Amino acid sequence: MTSTIPTRVSRDSEKRRDLLERMVLQGPGLLFITIFMATPITLVAIYSIFQRGRFGGIVYKATTENFTRALDPVYLGVLTDSLKIAGITTILAIAIGYPTAYAIAKLPTKWRSIALVLVVMPFWTNFLIRTYSWIMLFNREGLLNHALLKFNIIHTPLDLLYTQSAVVVGLLYGYLPLMILPLYASIERLDPQLGEAAANLGATRTRAFFSLTLPLTASGLIAGSIFVFIPSLGNFIVPELLGGGKTVMVGNLIRDQFLKARDWPFGSVLALSVIALVFIFFMLQNAVEKRFSSDAHD
Amino acid sequence: MTSPVKNLIEIKNLTHDYGSVRALDNVSLEIRENEFFALLGPSGCGKTTLLRILAGFETPLEGSVTLAGQDLISLPANKRPINLMFQSYALFPHMNVGQNVAYGLEREKLPKAEIKSRVEEVLKTVGLQDKVKARPSQLSGGQRQRVALARAIVKRPKLLLLDEPLSALDRKVRSEMQLELKRLQLEVGITFVVVTHDQEEAMSMADRIAVMVEGTVGQVDTPVDLYQRPATAYVGDFIGESNFFDGIIVPEGIKHASLGVLPGNRYGKDISGEAHLLIRPEDLRLAVSGEHSIPTMVQDVQFYGGASTLVLSIEGRSAPILMSQPGATSAQRGALVNLTWDPLKAIVLPRDSRRSAL
Repeated sequence: MTSTIPTRVSRDSEKRRDLLERMVLQGPGLLFITIFMATPITLVAIYSIFQRGRFGGIVYKATTENFTRALDPVYLGVLTDSLKIAGITTILAIAIGYPTAYAIAKLPTKWRSIALVLVVMPFWTNFLIRTYSWIMLFNREGLLNHALLKFNIIHTPLDLLYTQSAVVVGLLYGYLPLMILPLYASIERLDPQLGEAAANLGATRTRAFFSLTLPLTASGLIAGSIFVFIPSLGNFIVPELLGGGKTVMVGNLIRDQFLKARDWPFGSVLALSVIALVFIFFMLQNAVEKRFSSDAHD
Repeated sequence: MTSPVKNLIEIKNLTHDYGSVRALDNVSLEIRENEFFALLGPSGCGKTTLLRILAGFETPLEGSVTLAGQDLISLPANKRPINLMFQSYALFPHMNVGQNVAYGLEREKLPKAEIKSRVEEVLKTVGLQDKVKARPSQLSGGQRQRVALARAIVKRPKLLLLDEPLSALDRKVRSEMQLELKRLQLEVGITFVVVTHDQEEAMSMADRIAVMVEGTVGQVDTPVDLYQRPATAYVGDFIGESNFFDGIIVPEGIKHASLGVLPGNRYGKDISGEAHLLIRPEDLRLAVSGEHSIPTMVQDVQFYGGASTLVLSIEGRSAPILMSQPGATSAQRGALVNLTWDPLKAIVLPRDSRRSAL
């Protein structure tokens, strides 16, 4: 073995090349994040500590009032309601999405891609229109009530629309594919021999599911949960259309502060609190994923 | 041997299809207690199907399998006293070595202390006691295989199935593992069934081998008998190196179209019409003048240190003749030599259409 001792010059030029390489490779991504994430968040953070202008905008006088106002039970209630609705939506998405993703992953190869296209198909239509169509279904004169009345299951039309449940259904419908896709990806790459090995070692199907399938697909489950939970938490179209004026989520509140009440600083505080929540959930995800981390997916 | 041979597994008239393909065709086999048994055959011969049926991953179309007299087919995979070492090892990637090995014992709901001591004991047996906390991804191929083996034998099964156990290992680890498997089998006293396409693997380890051909069992015998007394030309060709001559049966052997009568041994079998004569390379020797012999020309000389192989040709025959002898040889390329053999060691076999397909 002969080893070459690197000279200072070559090490320096290597370093420079490394730096150049990194700038080329990471530069565009960093630029994107700076412009579209760091800047707006910084702006929002700055707005939050100043006073509101009369017709929107801000007056540069520092205050903590915006923050204390956010602790008002009315607003805290909206926040907890939003968390609750997004949480229920996510749990239902897991309950429906996991079996669906599992079934798709076990289909013969040629049917799999067809099923996946069907899952994604709703995305080809505008989200607003898709949400609007639920009004047609949930109306007092809507299709669902009509059918239930016709088959004598109910005798007076139900108030389905403008309820929290309607909001949950709308969010679930909108974001379910975002649960199914990452779950499908993680279930599909599970080695089927692991299941056989578990059976061979004496495990029942249930035991094999909880000791192998679930932990080995945890990454997909967590990714799907985040994809559903976060947009659900911030959504304001669904609560507006399907929740009527009755169900207000934090997304509506933020939108109203900026566009209707023209209170940018308070809107910023609310926006920051959602960002903080999302951040906490990411930390939780990280912790959970570490616990279940499998080297197979490295 | 005076002690009676007891059968552990009895397979009767097993038939199984995959779609329109017949994977197993009326297979009957007995596997004895405490033996090292091998299912040997090329891919697609049905050996893996048979293994999957034994493990309970596949339910056969027809036929019966019993283990120590008890019906096995009706028992679900997770209730069978049979463990399998998968070809890909199928270790659980999210569990460490200790957890992998303990998994099967935990399913038996054994006390924690017993699980712990048995896991420690089996890891010591396979030489991995210091890897308890390692993840499968941190192990080498040979170590992963040891974990897979430990995970299977820790359950103390009546039967251990090994699917191509040496195929993924490099040459050096292979021979180590080969010895180790053999040692383990004697030590733990479990019946081993190895499924393999590699005759060396089967010949070197197994007490008895079943050679499988196109969904049927061609022959079940000890390695030596398979080599020296193959029942069919297919088996003779599949196992080891061989020289085949085709001809018509005559009392002394066969009559070859151009070489005349080639003497051989029928081993009392009743054969008529077309037949093959099989001579192993080491049973051929250079003839002294006056002996009955066949004229050949030396094409190539291969020297392996301990032995040499002569590659010889006969006019009008495309397949070369192989002759091996201990030590070096004085034969030169291009030399004309006469070959002869001991008629007792040349085997006359009935015509086998499958051999000509090879």
